[in-house]
Amino acid sequence: MTRINLVVDGMRVADDIEPRMLLVQYLREKLGKTGTVVGCDTSNCGACTVHLDGRSVKSCNVLAVQADGSEVTTIEGLAQNGQLHPVQEAFRECHGLQCGFCTPGMIMQSVDLLKDNPKPTEEEIRLGIEGNLCRCTGYHNIVRAVQHASGQPVAPNEVTA
Amino acid sequence: MTAVEESASPAPALEKEIGRDRRRKEDARLITGRTRWTDNITLPGMLHLAMVRSPFAHARITGIDATAAKQATGIVDVVTAADLDESLGVCINAWPITPEQVTPGHAPIASDRAAFAGEIVAVVVARTAAEARDAAELVEVDYDELPAALDLKEAAAATAENGGALAHPDLGTNKSAYWVFDSGQAGTGGDVEQAIAAARTDGIVLEREYRQQRLIPAFMEPRSTVVDPTGEQITMWSATQIPHILRFALAATTGVPESKIRVIAPDVGGGFGGKLQQTPEEMIVFALARRLGKPVKYTETRSESLMSAHHGRDQWQKLTLAAGRDGRVTGLKVELLADLGAYVAIVGGGVPVLGAFMFNAIYKFPAYHFACQTVLTNKTWTDAYRGAGRPEATFAIERLMDELAAEVGVDPLEIRQRNWITHEEFPFTTVAGLEYDSGNYEAATARAKEMFGYDELRAEQQRRRESGDKVQLGIGVSTFTEMCGLAPSRVLGSLDYGAGGWEHASIRMLATGKVEVVTGASAHGQGHETAFSQIVADRLGVPFEDVEVLHGDTQIAHKGLDTYGSRSLVVGGEAVVRAADKVIEKARPLAAHLLEASVEDLEFKDGRFGVRGTDAGVALQDLATATFAAHNLPDGMEPSIDAEATFDPVNFNYPHGTHLCAVEVDTETGKVTMRSYVACDDIGVVINPLIVAGQVHGGLVQGIAQALFEEAVHDEGGTLVTGSFVDYLLPTAADTISFQIDHTTSPATTNSLGAKGVGEAGTIASTPAVVNAVVDALRPYGVHDVAMPCTPERVWRAIQGGGAGGETPGAAAPHFDESTGMSGTVDRTTGADQ
Repeated sequence: MTRINLVVDGMRVADDIEPRMLLVQYLREKLGKTGTVVGCDTSNCGACTVHLDGRSVKSCNVLAVQADGSEVTTIEGLAQNGQLHPVQEAFRECHGLQCGFCTPGMIMQSVDLLKDNPKPTEEEIRLGIEGNLCRCTGYHNIVRAVQHASGQPVAPNEVTA
Repeated sequence: MTAVEESASPAPALEKEIGRDRRRKEDARLITGRTRWTDNITLPGMLHLAMVRSPFAHARITGIDATAAKQATGIVDVVTAADLDESLGVCINAWPITPEQVTPGHAPIASDRAAFAGEIVAVVVARTAAEARDAAELVEVDYDELPAALDLKEAAAATAENGGALAHPDLGTNKSAYWVFDSGQAGTGGDVEQAIAAARTDGIVLEREYRQQRLIPAFMEPRSTVVDPTGEQITMWSATQIPHILRFALAATTGVPESKIRVIAPDVGGGFGGKLQQTPEEMIVFALARRLGKPVKYTETRSESLMSAHHGRDQWQKLTLAAGRDGRVTGLKVELLADLGAYVAIVGGGVPVLGAFMFNAIYKFPAYHFACQTVLTNKTWTDAYRGAGRPEATFAIERLMDELAAEVGVDPLEIRQRNWITHEEFPFTTVAGLEYDSGNYEAATARAKEMFGYDELRAEQQRRRESGDKVQLGIGVSTFTEMCGLAPSRVLGSLDYGAGGWEHASIRMLATGKVEVVTGASAHGQGHETAFSQIVADRLGVPFEDVEVLHGDTQIAHKGLDTYGSRSLVVGGEAVVRAADKVIEKARPLAAHLLEASVEDLEFKDGRFGVRGTDAGVALQDLATATFAAHNLPDGMEPSIDAEATFDPVNFNYPHGTHLCAVEVDTETGKVTMRSYVACDDIGVVINPLIVAGQVHGGLVQGIAQALFEEAVHDEGGTLVTGSFVDYLLPTAADTISFQIDHTTSPATTNSLGAKGVGEAGTIASTPAVVNAVVDALRPYGVHDVAMPCTPERVWRAIQGGGAGGETPGAAAPHFDESTGMSGTVDRTTGADQ
């Protein structure tokens, strides 16, 4: 067992864990942060994406011990003071989700993308989220959601058809 | 107490909900992580399972030694088939398509023989999932490998006598069922052999063979099941599309009374048909929870999901099309081989039958013959995957129409127009015996052409052909229709399906005037909570926000047949409409009583009963409150205006559309790049355009993925090579483009909403549109087919004339022959002209 100390969604936590425990397992099983989900076992799908010290990571690809001393933000900590993050709001506004399973990771990745590139082109958005798989939306409205969140115009007939 | 309005003017009418781009009610929880996936569930004392699975496609199990595993930390037990009695149950096949169908028994745990790689042979029960998985590695299983039936055509030809590999040696054959439809025999058309013979003399006969590769539904949420046996009822939470069917199946196969089983499908992360199953894993969790008296959970890994959750498609299609020299089709003959995998899944045998009625598509064919041989192999079982039978049929006919256009030398849209049903001809009874109620193929095509810039793109294509551009432009057409809204129960009965096709709804008018709508349809991403709220808000004249839609729990929604086959809105939604109408009729005498008017003088409009010619009225929501108090009801009236309805459709539902796709093909590398895609779908009256657009977009990408990316590949030993997301190529955002979509509207006449199903339309239409575009780009190179998925290698080989069109690069596709159950032989056509 190894002792780790970290801050998750603004809360200071400390636990004794098995060294092999993945960050996503720690979040889900120890902290009950079930908003973050596991969609694969090869770090391809990105459903488990969270922010580690402000950068997006696939939390299935990080050991919990590697997060020792760090700050983690999950989908559950993104809204502040009851206000949705603009990216969360944009996913809802543009129908950027259907079943919602990829959504936590997709939103966390999109937030990170916009931090690096506040006005991405469509191609930059597509490349920026290509590590996150979605099976429902065909990505069309996810791209629109990221454009919308960035304050760029979204062609109306492409959202409402 | 009740707000009877004597003279005050009524509240202004609410804006109509149907047709509005309502943002989804579901999203608030999904975008904040307040979700209820099955794997989130933790219960006191809960135990965890890990499965020990066969690494071999076909092997005799000669011994299982769990000694070391049982001694590992935290292990409760290691269980094999021998440890469990018949209370484990069996996985059922609900659709034996013929009385003679050969159906191998499917125990959830293999006892003496594993029939596919991934089949469960032992189960570890532990305190934690990690301990269970660790111990599963310690279970020693001895196998003797057996010859595996892997290739579909070879499996069809194998017999005990000829020494071919048999998926189940005791059955003596791999052939499961042979199903035929013939228009001459059915009286719906002529004799196809005569049509073909006539066309051979004077006309055109096209013979083609197409491969529908094996696909994996690959829903994003891995399957998970929790069973709690500690209450009066045994409660199962499962990531399933079919809580009601699953409850019935559990009861029918385990002997536990249905009334003692509650199944809950909480938030479910996608299905696409892949969660339309009664799975071995669910049966095992159910049995072990009962045996141990403790809650038990199992969540699969992605690798387990890809190898053991059912796959889709996997057919060989042999097609013979007869036409006059003018390109008017005179007959179509279809012969299929369909790979069932190792077992006949819940509706697996019926998937090709769902396609049988769709090969004639939107066209007026005078003669039609369909024959299908379902075949057992030592691969993962197959069953419904988005479209289920209809994408295969649509692909075949839309590819053939392009081939016919090339043969006649006219534009692909022109050849379709010469054959399609015109809008004046609806309702139209097809050569397959279906009655199409409405449609307008001309209108959808005209709109799609306009959006696409069809003529301009054809001109650009011509320029690039003439200039010898190394990047060629291809234009693909798909004018699809499909039968959905499954399904009229009588029709299902005539097809030997084991259940009906109705749907149930109830509406509860709460004391505060709020409305609960309970539907037996079970959403897993489709947005029922929003769309059904819109329907009820309009019908009852109540605010959208006052409606709550409940589903996915057999205790709350006591009747239902769940969600698949683009049925929820057109069957489930119509049940909701009928329940709402009953609420209004139940409330009418109460309104008359309170308004001191006669029932005949009342009119219901915008949520309010008014007395004609006066301002007096009472709101429906206030009548709900009045029934709660029940102080002042008409004599003999029960204190409730709740109502329920069960709707059984009289016909299927026939959405259609014209899809146009432009691709650029690099003739030096074989790389295909999507340039533009236009979809003009006619899905009748649209309830929520935003949700419809999402369904179309997602469907398109799944169909495009079949055309360009996805294929479940097994090695020669039967191991799934594409067993993780590293190798099974789901498209990413960078692989896809933005779409242009629009609608024409020919309302359905078989439900009062006028709506048609949309869940599968995009997937059904897009695969042939893309492949037609790839082939169109390469026609000057003598190419008339490229096998799916059209990878750069296959495209490049087709250009070289080296025959990459086959199933395996460089290998010739084997022919049908007599021994497969199909008649005749055809020239190899899956590749470049030779």
